[in-house]
Amino acid sequence: MTGPTLRIQDLRLGFKTWSGMVDVLHGISLHIGKGERVALVGESGSGKSVTARIVLGMLQSMKSARISGRLSFEGIDLEKLKARDRHQLRGTRMSMIFQDPTSSLNPVYPIFTQFREVLLRANPTITEPEARLKAISALADVAINEPERVLDSYAFQLSGGMNQRVMIAMALVNNPSLLLADEPGTALDVTVQAQTLKLMSDLVEQHGTSVLFISHNLGVVREFADRVYVIYKGNIVEQATTDQLFANPQHPYTRALLKAVPRITGGGIPDIPESTSGFLDPLIAHAGASEKELLS
Amino acid sequence: MKKTLLILTRNPLSLLGLFLVTVIVLAALLADFITPFPEHVGAVVDFANFNQPPHWPNIFGTDLVGRDLFTRIVYAYRISLILAAVVLIIAVPIGVAIGLAAGYLGGWTEYVLMRITDIFLSIPPLVLAMSIMGLLEPTLTNGMIAVTAMWWPWYTRLVYSITRSEREEGYVLAAEVIGASKLHIMFREILPNCVPSIVTKMTLDFGFVILIASSLSFLGLGVQPPTPDLGSMVADGAKYLPDSWWLTVFPGLAILFAVFGFNLIGDALREILGGDA
Repeated sequence: MTGPTLRIQDLRLGFKTWSGMVDVLHGISLHIGKGERVALVGESGSGKSVTARIVLGMLQSMKSARISGRLSFEGIDLEKLKARDRHQLRGTRMSMIFQDPTSSLNPVYPIFTQFREVLLRANPTITEPEARLKAISALADVAINEPERVLDSYAFQLSGGMNQRVMIAMALVNNPSLLLADEPGTALDVTVQAQTLKLMSDLVEQHGTSVLFISHNLGVVREFADRVYVIYKGNIVEQATTDQLFANPQHPYTRALLKAVPRITGGGIPDIPESTSGFLDPLIAHAGASEKELLS
Repeated sequence: MKKTLLILTRNPLSLLGLFLVTVIVLAALLADFITPFPEHVGAVVDFANFNQPPHWPNIFGTDLVGRDLFTRIVYAYRISLILAAVVLIIAVPIGVAIGLAAGYLGGWTEYVLMRITDIFLSIPPLVLAMSIMGLLEPTLTNGMIAVTAMWWPWYTRLVYSITRSEREEGYVLAAEVIGASKLHIMFREILPNCVPSIVTKMTLDFGFVILIASSLSFLGLGVQPPTPDLGSMVADGAKYLPDSWWLTVFPGLAILFAVFGFNLIGDALREILGGDA
């Protein structure tokens, strides 16, 4: 077995502020195997998004950030990589999708211009007609009916769902081995979100892309992910395969989180205490889903 | 483009602005052909005809050495327009680049650049320009330098504030993620989003630069005689008010119409482009 696509070991992050250090991540470890779809679930402010930023190397340049731990991508230690080489990975071997697709596209350029920039990252010699052909086929893959018209449109002329699909097409066009999806489609309505996620899930399967799926939406996670890590206040509190987790949540925080999903049968949102001592219980790994077992 | 024209022509004030600016620019361009006495631009003296009220063929009257005032005003427009254009062409790129750098890079860069900008902004503009002109010789080039030095900080401020809000936008983040360089993000991603505001402000400023340059030459610190300049014409004539009213009123109105025209167009552009200058 080859190594995991992404492996994070004991990642710690703190921010230096005027009043001392604020710790955000308290040593989290996770990994994503090749072609695996892993979800990172937690509430706002639990450290989901900063984890993704660290993987991309976007937080390291911040002076106030204190980061420690090991990050390896396809067996390469990212922290030992030169800034240039690391920079080279972004947009080619790793890419990312954001919450709000419409604001992720620059309003002053047509879609094609932005598509071409993405293609130029991987292949600086690509010509305009080649780029166009590639973009058209990538858009056709995400079930866009008139790729020609979409390419000449601006982001604000397309619907949110269209933009999300454009983003997915752009993120996958260079065949990255890792896709970081930071709450994709949270800004979209539920039906469109479901459609685009289905599409994304099919595409990553075709491309064999590993996905780190960051979300607070448990329904979506259940549909999409193979394995789940639950993160609470900068600690991973529970890890399991999706089936295990939803069938038998064991950590008090995970249980509270699952209870908090609104049910269609009514009853409103259950009352959950802001925090209880149980939420800070140590990591519970389900049988066969701990880091040790999976990586051996 | 169609929409632009529609808005521009629907509002009578914008139409008036467009008309004024067109007339001024055309007059300045065609000065050699439309003025009755093109040679009066230089040091010409015609004492037989001095200080005459408006009459044919000197429709705006003549000045203290007998030169045609209309001719001199049209040529003064030409110089004012060139000055305004040169000032903006130099000041805007400097101001915009500093604003982009301060807004996007943040940290110490932002601190140092914006404090320098604040220092420039804290000095009253005319005082700053006057002190620079006091140090240098009063020539057209130095006048441009002085006005440029006081003008760029406004663009820095404008672009800085837009950049600060744009850099939190998703597309900037997305560009960072795919590995775009800082220069690319500043100039290719953020700058195009600042353009509407910059263009609007430039149009408005065209009039104000003319006004400030005229103020400088009114104080004797701008263009030197015999080159015609609206400000110095007003200054020369002011001593002979109210008897020789034409010496002051016509150049004064010329300044008024220029500033007014560019302002109206600027307002119309603001409406069309939605800039927040």
